[in-house]
Amino acid sequence: MLAVLLASFAMAISIHADEAGNASKELEKYRDMINDPMANPGYLSVDRGEELWRTSRGGKAVSLETCDLGKGPGVLEGAFAELPRYFSDANKVMDLEQRLLWCMTTIQSLNINEVLARKFGAPGKSSDMEDLVAYIANKSSGMSFHLPLTNDQERQAFAIGQELFFRRSSLLDFSCATCHSEDGKRIRLQELPNLSKTGEDTQRSMGSWPTYRVSQSQTRTMQNRLWDCYRQMRMPPPEYGSDGITALITYLTKQAEGGVINVPSIKR
Amino acid sequence: MSLRSNVKGMSAAVRAALVVMASPFGVSGSLLLAQADAGPAAAPPPPSHAEMDKVVHGMWPKVEPGWESRLVQDQTQAVCSRYRNNPPADEANAISEREAATVQRPTDGNVLGNWKEGEKIASNGRGGQFSDPPDTANGGNCYACHQLAKSELAYGTLGPSLANYGKDRDYSPDLAKAAFAKIYNPHAAVACSNMPRFGSQEFLTEQQIKDVVAFLFDRESPVNK
Repeated sequence: MLAVLLASFAMAISIHADEAGNASKELEKYRDMINDPMANPGYLSVDRGEELWRTSRGGKAVSLETCDLGKGPGVLEGAFAELPRYFSDANKVMDLEQRLLWCMTTIQSLNINEVLARKFGAPGKSSDMEDLVAYIANKSSGMSFHLPLTNDQERQAFAIGQELFFRRSSLLDFSCATCHSEDGKRIRLQELPNLSKTGEDTQRSMGSWPTYRVSQSQTRTMQNRLWDCYRQMRMPPPEYGSDGITALITYLTKQAEGGVINVPSIKR
Repeated sequence: MSLRSNVKGMSAAVRAALVVMASPFGVSGSLLLAQADAGPAAAPPPPSHAEMDKVVHGMWPKVEPGWESRLVQDQTQAVCSRYRNNPPADEANAISEREAATVQRPTDGNVLGNWKEGEKIASNGRGGQFSDPPDTANGGNCYACHQLAKSELAYGTLGPSLANYGKDRDYSPDLAKAAFAKIYNPHAAVACSNMPRFGSQEFLTEQQIKDVVAFLFDRESPVNK
């Protein structure tokens, strides 16, 4: 029922988006709804994620509470705003999802195959990853993305991500840039953010993931969003948590530098 | 020989300029170019082809049989990616020449199919995705990027409006043939076009392309109403 209501509301937003009179009012209502845990089902993921963060699991029967997401063991506030980043213990640049898998493996000795089998939730099958990301990213809500890219690996990840963004391939010669390198364009009626440059478009896009997707009745993360983009680009499904996806997320997040995070958001 | 090295030098400069333009590291273009000779600059050089191959294989370590070629760029894809779809003149000419050679026109010279079928193809965005069943018919998805029939309001704007396409061209048979070639392979006319090479990549059949051309050029088509 809630999902149906949200679906019609999301539709109403897109229909009214062009009408200047209603648009700002609708957007304001929408912003209020995002931040209202009673109206945004994404907060169910936040709650489940908090539980998962504190639950002892895996061969070592410990929680994730000592996991270092970049700001010290167990520090969640502001961690998401500075990811992806380089981790010296793993000697690589990791996004939040890659880092969580690393913590599950090294701290908990958790069998991540079972977690990965549920990497994208479906009706009756919740995803630990989506729940944990919703919980942790929410701890950066109201903060701004800040990726200083201070070391070579981070800079290299950015450069690789940028190259991937423009890399045309497969049956239709698509790259990310095919849809996301011009201002004010759309596919059918769907507006497309220009992610090829820094600024509001990229800030708004990146600052609204993870999101509760009404059409899928699931909370989705950036890994899922890029997986879906590659689907539309006629590529095979990319490996979840691979270094290339992290590089692309590094590029996109750096393009959104300074953008305010407000998550989990709600999208169609 | 001197011409060739000039062109080469220009290409490198264009490439460096592109990197600088999109650089988040806040270094000015001339500074970065100066530093490139002196040693490591703030921004790393663009990843090499070999590095990108490694990254791509890490992103797709195992793929379904028959999908392997999707990971590998052909020459046109590689050059257009490198120049961010804005190739220097010599590269653009090479692309257009190479791609024009792949266009196979109907042997009987007739490029006009059934506009009603063409309309369906223009609306269909399925085919070739890992979520599509293998026997899914491919669509052209023209409406994703172009306005066509004015009655269809859900059109995209990545490409130009094609409303009244045939009418505005006086239903010229020659221009219908040009449209067939453009759908078959747009790079012959515009190197590094964003539009797919529907014919050369065998995404649409010859008949499907003829149907889409009819959708553009038939007097009865809603595109021209």
